[in-house]
Amino acid sequence: MRHVTEEELIAYREGLASQRSVISQHLAACEQCRAELQRIEAVLAALDTLPAPDPGADYGQRVWQQIAPRLPEKRGRWWRVWLEPRPLAALGAVAALIVAAFVIGRLTKRVEPGVDAANVGQVRERVLVVAVGEHLGRSEMMLVELSNAEPIDPAQKLVNISTEQRRAEDLLEENRLYRRTALQEGDAGLASVLDELERVLLDVAHSPEEVTPAQLEAIRQKIETRGILFKVRVVSNELQQRQKEIKPAPSQNNSTKKEGNKI
Amino acid sequence: MNRMPQSVESANAIADSDALAVERTLAGDRDAFRVLVERHSQSVFRLAYRMTGNRHDAEEVVQEAFLRAYQKLGQFASRANFGTWVYRIAANYAIDRMRQRRKEEARREAPRAEGQEKTESDPVNLVHDGKPTPERLTQSIELRKQMQQALAALSHAERTAFVMRHWEGCGIEEIAAVLKSSSGSAKNTVFRAVQKLRRSLQPFVERGTQARVMGTES
Repeated sequence: MRHVTEEELIAYREGLASQRSVISQHLAACEQCRAELQRIEAVLAALDTLPAPDPGADYGQRVWQQIAPRLPEKRGRWWRVWLEPRPLAALGAVAALIVAAFVIGRLTKRVEPGVDAANVGQVRERVLVVAVGEHLGRSEMMLVELSNAEPIDPAQKLVNISTEQRRAEDLLEENRLYRRTALQEGDAGLASVLDELERVLLDVAHSPEEVTPAQLEAIRQKIETRGILFKVRVVSNELQQRQKEIKPAPSQNNSTKKEGNKI
Repeated sequence: MNRMPQSVESANAIADSDALAVERTLAGDRDAFRVLVERHSQSVFRLAYRMTGNRHDAEEVVQEAFLRAYQKLGQFASRANFGTWVYRIAANYAIDRMRQRRKEEARREAPRAEGQEKTESDPVNLVHDGKPTPERLTQSIELRKQMQQALAALSHAERTAFVMRHWEGCGIEEIAAVLKSSSGSAKNTVFRAVQKLRRSLQPFVERGTQARVMGTES
């Protein structure tokens, strides 16, 4: 009589066996295979004792509170979004990007067609690198200031962080724009850091205007735990490096070829 | 243990209610999505925790899964099975998170810190029969450590397949979809995971069983 293999016993135990009745019959008759199945079951039963922590009855509500501000607006009312105060900041960032792209585009306009096509990608990347670099610099400054915030009067029990909060709100909108752009450009690393930064900015933007030292310490710890300041600095350095590596857009008087293509 | 609802009636009622919430969300009612988040967060958290092995990553997986679900809701064809769908999104993201975490750990080359989880799943809670003697407590701690190590030693695919099948009761087709493999391959991944866990844990489980038997006899 052929004994049941380990794989068949696992399949039987996990409800995946194709010949379930045949295995059942064999197990009823074979003590050796029954003992083997019991050993497998003992291991799986031990694993069942590894508990997953209970996140709490209100966990669903907490998840909603955390994700609700990050959900994109509905399409039917897209035009209203741009009339609200905070998106105006994002609109400003979009306008800045368009102006920057236009200016760089004007500078590269007189290049011969082949070279021009090759440079378009570089120009786009350059615009993104410069804009994101500046955004990260501003974010870093705000986070450092927040980390060092103290009551104006030592006798005061509350610390006013309304300035940092407003800046976080503005930075949040910009950040969303750059994160989406980074994703579209296929820069997953940059998008990931911007995503982490977004969560911290969100936390700051949603904090009360005045916080107790304990609340401020909690915000600081969040910033520290995520290591976001360090990541922002690393990415800023990388962007500066990339900025140097990207070939500068050719000007009209540094190449004989370009001379020939002047209008 | 299993995320499947207790009765066919309740499963159908939840699926109908999910489908309605999905329709309303797609029609522009963002608050309808709240119902789905509040209903499925706990089970998605459990899956994410089992897959990632720590609370922080699990919570991140849950948030990201619902954000992605909201963004891709228009592409969701089978609207009655929102729970299954968001599960799949969470499992995929958890795999990405685990890969990322492993890379980070490899870079740091430092042993993984065990913080909150130790207290969350204190071995004392495992001992149901009588007072925990120092010996049993030691064995329990040792076994728990071995189980965590054995699970961590599985490949991402094996851990995903095992968690989804054994703990969450997912079907093989569902597991295959997450692993982007055939059903046969997904089934083999489950077998391989159990075999590996058995090789790693059987000596410790048997030692514990023997100790309990001796303790009962004495």
